[in-house]
Amino acid sequence: MTAIAAKRPFRANWAARAGWALLAVYCVYAVGSLEITWARFLIGLGNGATFLSEMVPPNFERWKLLLEGLFETVQIAVIASAFGVALSLPIGLAASRNLMPAWATWPARAVIAVCRSFHPVIFAILFVKAVGFGPLAGILTLIFASIGFIGKLFAEAIEEISLKPVEACRAAGAPFMSLLAYAVLPQVLNRFIGFATYQFDANMRNSTMVGIVGAGGIGGTLFSAFQRFDYDFLAAILLSIIALIMCSEYLAIRIKAVFND
Amino acid sequence: MTDARTHRKWERFTPAQRLARFAVFLGLGVLLAVSLRTVSVIPEFLWDAPTQMADLFRRMWPPDTASYADNVHTALIETMNIAGMGTILALLMALPVGILGASNIVRVPALNWLSKLILVSSRSVNTLVWAILFVAVFGPGALAGTVAIGFRSVGFCGKLLSEALEECDKGPIEALRAAGAPWPSIFLKGYWPQVAPAFWGITLFRWDINVRESAVIGLVGAGGIGVALDTALNLFRWQQVSLILVCIFAVVIAAEVLVTKIRQRII
Repeated sequence: MTAIAAKRPFRANWAARAGWALLAVYCVYAVGSLEITWARFLIGLGNGATFLSEMVPPNFERWKLLLEGLFETVQIAVIASAFGVALSLPIGLAASRNLMPAWATWPARAVIAVCRSFHPVIFAILFVKAVGFGPLAGILTLIFASIGFIGKLFAEAIEEISLKPVEACRAAGAPFMSLLAYAVLPQVLNRFIGFATYQFDANMRNSTMVGIVGAGGIGGTLFSAFQRFDYDFLAAILLSIIALIMCSEYLAIRIKAVFND
Repeated sequence: MTDARTHRKWERFTPAQRLARFAVFLGLGVLLAVSLRTVSVIPEFLWDAPTQMADLFRRMWPPDTASYADNVHTALIETMNIAGMGTILALLMALPVGILGASNIVRVPALNWLSKLILVSSRSVNTLVWAILFVAVFGPGALAGTVAIGFRSVGFCGKLLSEALEECDKGPIEALRAAGAPWPSIFLKGYWPQVAPAFWGITLFRWDINVRESAVIGLVGAGGIGVALDTALNLFRWQQVSLILVCIFAVVIAAEVLVTKIRQRII
């Protein structure tokens, strides 16, 4: 055994090789079934070159429309983040198994699971059907998405807290609200602020997209520019979206720094 | 002096910190107030929403199971393939970009910055927007969807991969270098075993996200179940819509369960 090991320090791992072979087989099958061919790819490259040449230079002539869309996107993100975070506090609390009885955790967990399992775009479509086109549908969509994300993380954060302060408060006869304020919240507040800033960031990204299905914001402008082949205006919109996201990331970092020093 | 000691006042924050916190809250409050004042929302529509939603769900019931075999099944398989191939494509692109971004492997700051720029721009453009762009390039269909998923995932995978590479232990790498190993061997036997768990974890996590994403990129014409959903929506076939939604829900839950199981096996 040792002699063999000394001869071959790196022995072949047949299980891993079989895995890689399976992966290669899957790739061949998937490429075949998706009808991805080299010819299509080459045609696409040609199209891509013309597409790019039409995008440059970006056309900022209709900056009023662009600014309106960006402003609406920011509005949607801000309102949805505020309401989503405010709503996910009680829902996340209700879903934490260590503070709440089972009859409260099950419904809260079900709500969170439903909010998480559907992509925001699907929510956006349903809300556009329910409340019509415009930013209201986008706001409702992102509120649901925020509840799904923050509710889950917040429930997990509460489940990880130390129960000693909770017991101390209970022993001193504190009512439930005081128990939350003095034993639970101080332990999770910093993480909660982290989640909230992250969610604001995510809502900013998503609110640039909900407009594609008619739920307000810059996405609608982007999609109509795309459909009218205004590729230079499309490039301007894309650049402004990237700039907006970078600004909001920077803002999130600064806010976190204020609370975490 | 003794007076000061007996009447010492304990404060958790310095005045500057308090001011900063207050400023943040004030700024957020003002932002929210301005947004609420200026947003063009018609309140009547909001109060009307529950009735409209109830009406919608009534029309969706019962799901039209008969149409599953015709078009939904093939579209579901296509969605799964888009997610799988998109993830593989993303990993192929993320490996070089991630290595470029790891400052302990590539010691050229300019290249590190280049990699960061690629990753950030990939992350800040949404999957649907990538899908729109690639539909314009490749025409509608699964190819555009696969490339879009790949391009959106590069930012995520590359960032995590370069972080994993930067956390590598130097010992094995120095040993290999001292033994005169060439660069590919150093990477395969020094870095790869250390980042492999992180790599597979990232892959699973991103695949799970991509299954959700590839279900909706069809709405802009990039293939998969989203195309069927879009068609059913445009024709107001609500019973088909509800069937497709149930299918998406089932696939997403199944993918999540699978990922959780594999993750437990690996880690």
